[in-house]
Amino acid sequence: MISVLLLFAPVAAALFVPFLASRLRGIHTGWFVLAVPVLLFIYYMGFLPQVKDGGVHIGELSWIPSYGISLTSYIDGLSLMFSLLITGIGALVVLYSIFYLDKAKERLGNFYVYLLMFMTAMLGVVQSDNMIALYGFWELTSISSFLLIGYWYTRDRSRFGALKSMMITVFGGLMMLGGFVLLYLMGGTFSVRELVSMAPELAEHSLFTWALVLVLLGAFTKSAQFPFYIWLPDAMEAPTPVSAYLHSATMVKAGLYLVARFTPIFAASEIWVWLVTSVGVLTLFWGSFFAVKQTDLKGILAFSTVSQLGLIMSLLGASAAAFHVEGAAETMFKYAGFAAIFHLVNHAAFKGSLFMVAGIVDHETGTRDIRKLGGLMALMPVTFTIALIGSLSMAGLPPFGGFLSKELFLTGMLSLGELDLFAPASWGTVLLVVAWIASVFTFIYSFYFVFRTFTGKHKPDLLPKSAHEAPAGMLISPALLGLIVVAIFFVPNFVGDWIVKPAVAAVQPFMYGSPADVDVHVAAWHGHITPELMMTIGIVIAGLVLYWLLPKWQGAYRIFPEYLTLNRLYDSTMIFAETGMNRLSRSYMNGLIRSYLIYMFAGIVIIVLGSMVVKDAFAVSFEGTAPIGPIEIGLLAVLVASVVTTLIARKRLTAILALGAAGYVVALLFVIFKAPDLALTQLVIETVSVALYLLAFYHLPKLSRHDEKRKFRVGNAIIAAGVGLMMALLAMSASSQKALPSISQFYKDTVYSEAGGGNIVNVILVDYRGFDTLFEIAVLSIAAIGILGMIKLRLSRKGDQHEKQ
Amino acid sequence: MEILMSVIIGFLFMAAVYLILSRSLIRVIIGTGLLSHGAHLLILTMGGFSGSAPPVLADGVTDFVDPLPQALILTAIVISFGVTAVFLVMAYRAYQELETDNMTLLKGNDEHD
Repeated sequence: MISVLLLFAPVAAALFVPFLASRLRGIHTGWFVLAVPVLLFIYYMGFLPQVKDGGVHIGELSWIPSYGISLTSYIDGLSLMFSLLITGIGALVVLYSIFYLDKAKERLGNFYVYLLMFMTAMLGVVQSDNMIALYGFWELTSISSFLLIGYWYTRDRSRFGALKSMMITVFGGLMMLGGFVLLYLMGGTFSVRELVSMAPELAEHSLFTWALVLVLLGAFTKSAQFPFYIWLPDAMEAPTPVSAYLHSATMVKAGLYLVARFTPIFAASEIWVWLVTSVGVLTLFWGSFFAVKQTDLKGILAFSTVSQLGLIMSLLGASAAAFHVEGAAETMFKYAGFAAIFHLVNHAAFKGSLFMVAGIVDHETGTRDIRKLGGLMALMPVTFTIALIGSLSMAGLPPFGGFLSKELFLTGMLSLGELDLFAPASWGTVLLVVAWIASVFTFIYSFYFVFRTFTGKHKPDLLPKSAHEAPAGMLISPALLGLIVVAIFFVPNFVGDWIVKPAVAAVQPFMYGSPADVDVHVAAWHGHITPELMMTIGIVIAGLVLYWLLPKWQGAYRIFPEYLTLNRLYDSTMIFAETGMNRLSRSYMNGLIRSYLIYMFAGIVIIVLGSMVVKDAFAVSFEGTAPIGPIEIGLLAVLVASVVTTLIARKRLTAILALGAAGYVVALLFVIFKAPDLALTQLVIETVSVALYLLAFYHLPKLSRHDEKRKFRVGNAIIAAGVGLMMALLAMSASSQKALPSISQFYKDTVYSEAGGGNIVNVILVDYRGFDTLFEIAVLSIAAIGILGMIKLRLSRKGDQHEKQ
Repeated sequence: MEILMSVIIGFLFMAAVYLILSRSLIRVIIGTGLLSHGAHLLILTMGGFSGSAPPVLADGVTDFVDPLPQALILTAIVISFGVTAVFLVMAYRAYQELETDNMTLLKGNDEHD
């Protein structure tokens, strides 16, 4: 219960931020905000001992019980690891932002409100057990990401990037919702836990594959997998603290979380294994390959993030493969799941610090263009050290955490080569080779990032500002993350036991009963030369050679034609959708009332006649009909004649008089049909109406057809004939068959005893349906006021003319 | 009689719709007048014409016509009068302001796009 409410602690804190930002301008708002993630981090740390032993914490708050929707806080190894990342990195990012964002120039209130909103959303995503709540928080992360990318909303690129990320991730979110609904249809519950427990039955269901693909679409769009990654580089328009937080450490990992969380359900499917692994490896390669092309520091990091997310994704795929291997916990298949979580933690640490470094460089030199930078090592020694730690860890070199996770990654990929269950055996080998090549490029861009910026020739004349070391406060956060990167290398098994293994046990419950069963021991040196070590040495040699030759081949990227890129596809899709929809709606929303009426009339005719045909509702019965006398024939002939006169009249007076004649005939028909009240009313109203027409007559224009073309008239006639036919058929069918007896008998029986009146029609109006009549009077009063207003108000156009004179 | 009335009702609706779709504002208003006549007769016809006496209690009479459609129509007649009045004044006002009653010219402009 408390843990559920604490999910909303950041949003609750956000309520105070605007006041703090506007009242206490002297103190940077970030200092107040910092307390939220720090306190939550400490709170979640408290769960570590319990979760380490395989325990879970469940808090539940009923939301819509009738639909089985509740807010939950389900803390197991996986969600605890994510919660610690969210609050831990969140605290460091807030601290960093205090020095990054100027309190005098920036709108801090907005920034921290969005950031806190994101924190709640992200905690909600990783702790919700209920899929509908999960979806809600999921979309909230997209929205807060949209707001944060567009933080500097006066810049065109910011708005473009914000919209792009929103379009793509919300599209994925909707697909994911579809998948959730399918899962609900299959399992009858929105609870992920319960679905996991019935995983074997679900796998037999015919909708299983559909649900799988839809859920994966959500995960792939959020985690920037190929081909949806294109939003992430454009999201770099966000302030750097946001890039470090949302777009590398947490939000983009929501997709990974989703895949990890649903692995126990979907692992049984071979499609899941190969789709997740293949898309992951392709993304890994694609991102690392194009990272070397970038010239913007954050651009390099964005593509690097795409690539690393692909790496973790492929490992999650491989960990699902273990489901299909007998006794996987004893073989090399056990490594993939561990590697995925281990690298996720590592990546959050080193990529967070690298983003902060990029922000520092930008802040202190005024540019992020790597072509203008260089030789900053002497000017910014501390920043350089942090950047070096992060980059070498990313490249997979010792003595940094990245080395260990890269080794485990290679083990995971090697294990795929052994798997020949579903796809051709060679496919695993192809993935292994692609992963190796991608690792070479990872090595290259890591070196490219750090050495192009900090070594080489300093070019002060190209920089907008004269470069100098960042203030100490700005260095604290990246330095702490750098320390963690180094620490992980030296005590990997401490991290493994406390954080990674409980998470692995949650991802692979089909292999492990409790975290203690995860038998993975991480070591930098295994005592002998392993294939992984050989591959790493190969990566280092190939990477060094290629980095050395980079100036010679970097131009090769230019041979990829610009118009074939995915970005171009996105742009043209958006433009096409916008202009296409505009043209489409303009083609029928043309401002003419006639067109709209035609749509309505045609729609009514089609619906009514269509349902009459489908339901076989048409019926004509001459049985029990009233006889037709000569008077009726005469009256109807007059009615038809006067209606025809209104149609063909060339003078308005003729038309109005003909309409009046039709009205009087209707009154006489009421007499014949034994409705004296109606006849009286109709006579009075018709007289007043004709008087009104004649009164308005003087002020109205002459009757003119306004050059109606033949085509125009024929079109009208067709629609009119359709409506007429429909009404005639409807009237015939309705009077020829009665599905239910009339309720009039009730009025006839009770009119005297209940209401004490003799004229049934009048009593119905003033007694049984008294309110109806009251409101009718109200309607007439409103009409009268409207008429008065329209007549009395001065003509605006004439007023204008006066002013002009 | 009911069948014949149905045909007449269809005819009234047809004429009304044809007038409503035309370009002249006055014809549109006349069309709405015909439309309400058609609707009133439709309600009455659907109730049926059986019954030999008006729905007023009198000694020795039990075979009344159906009173409910009549009550509904009574309301409708009054409301349609209100509608006609508002339409007329609106047409008057529009003609004063814009100096045309051509529906094609009254289509507004693209200023609001």
